[in-house]
Amino acid sequence: MKLIALFLLLAGWIIVLAAVALMASAGPRAAFALAGAGVEALGLGLLVRAHMPLHEDRP
Amino acid sequence: MTPPHTLTEAAWVLCLLSIVVMPCAAAGLALVNTGLGRSRNAAHSMLSALCVLGVAALAYCVIGFSLQGYPGREFHAMLVGGKPWDWIASDPFFLRGVSFDASPAPLAVLFGMFAAGLSASIPLGSGADRWRLGAACSSAALLAGLVYPLFAHWVWGGGWLAQLGANYGLGRGFLDPGGSSAIQAVGGLAALSIAWILGPRRGKYNDDHMPVAIPGHNAVLVLFGCMLAWVGWIGLNCAGAAIFASMAGRAPLIVVNTTLAAVCASLAAAGITRARFGKPDASLCANGWVAGLVASSATCGFVRPALAMLIGLVAGALVVFSVEWLEFRLKVDDPGGAVSVHALGGIWGILAAGLFASAADSGPGQSLAQFVGIATLLGFVLPLLYALNWLLDRVYPQRVPPQGERQGLDLHELGAGAYPEFMSHNDDLWQR
Repeated sequence: MKLIALFLLLAGWIIVLAAVALMASAGPRAAFALAGAGVEALGLGLLVRAHMPLHEDRP
Repeated sequence: MTPPHTLTEAAWVLCLLSIVVMPCAAAGLALVNTGLGRSRNAAHSMLSALCVLGVAALAYCVIGFSLQGYPGREFHAMLVGGKPWDWIASDPFFLRGVSFDASPAPLAVLFGMFAAGLSASIPLGSGADRWRLGAACSSAALLAGLVYPLFAHWVWGGGWLAQLGANYGLGRGFLDPGGSSAIQAVGGLAALSIAWILGPRRGKYNDDHMPVAIPGHNAVLVLFGCMLAWVGWIGLNCAGAAIFASMAGRAPLIVVNTTLAAVCASLAAAGITRARFGKPDASLCANGWVAGLVASSATCGFVRPALAMLIGLVAGALVVFSVEWLEFRLKVDDPGGAVSVHALGGIWGILAAGLFASAADSGPGQSLAQFVGIATLLGFVLPLLYALNWLLDRVYPQRVPPQGERQGLDLHELGAGAYPEFMSHNDDLWQR
């Protein structure tokens, strides 16, 4: 799960870079960048969950 | 290639004087982290801060500056869509390419050496009470020798983030003269990686996964640390603005804004904790103060004082709720509040620079440039830091064994306590 989360973070960043490099007009560029941020948020959420203790675990 | 910045003789001297007080920021953070930790780890915490600062300075001078570079010096770039993307500098190792004269480059070396140390000492807050000294030093070497210089090159060395304005019309490119991103957010994200990899302190969470309060052992150290950090931050913000944004003439505005942001952040934290708990909380007020300083770094040269107050108020409020959210909801044990103060405070500062920078200092698309910087921190820097620290943990376990944590790191790793005249301390009574 951690590996997938890190991969999603990286993928989201690459989408943001692609938005900046490939889109010329402001609207699509911002929308594409927001989509990249969404993928990053997904990765961050997954990384957080991967570090939460399971209910059966005892600290 | 980005042209090198120029400094007048007076600005050069001002920069040097500002850089000389920068270590006060690291000393302040060391006191804050020590005061917020347990008494049986106090000497270990201060020694860790000293060792981490030293290792970071070494790593930066040996490798770091060659990756960071300075505008106008050699770099590696690749063409993307016909535009040059400057990824990394290519200066020789061991500072062999720097001539120590009255040009801005040696000031950038000096600034970078202290800034790398400050950034590397931030994770000590989240790893307090359980992070081995050797592991902390190894992690600091990776941060100061690789991650910090790489991101600093993108922001300050004429890298692709700084060029977003010239290449893609995004305002004036990524704005952050004082280091809310390169120093604070990078350090804060390293702190988050360390907190995750080490796991919570023994006894921090009970059987129902609810956090148990482990109060800091010395509020005086914490609050004095804040005052010391204030002095250091004034130097940091003035020096960064002069070296990387040619804003030496705005030094009075920078000092006023830095102070106002810290004051308002601390007042916000005091007001919120007073409203919620009946009394202001000293440790959260201290965290609020530092968060205000952190957020001010990106914006202090660009905004009017009223906006600096607003930025500080938001930073202080964010810290109070974030500390609680991380501890209760996300189960992140961060004794020094490093993640909330430096990662979140830094990201807020970057965002605020895009929202509030004056029209003369920004341009259309400035917010998107700042947004790309934040996406880079979360999407590239956080995975890189996590992976490096995870690998380090495989090679050299970072956490002390359970008996060491029970005994205290002072006795376990150093063989002597910080307060030998006291036989027992309050925190010994807490559940372990």
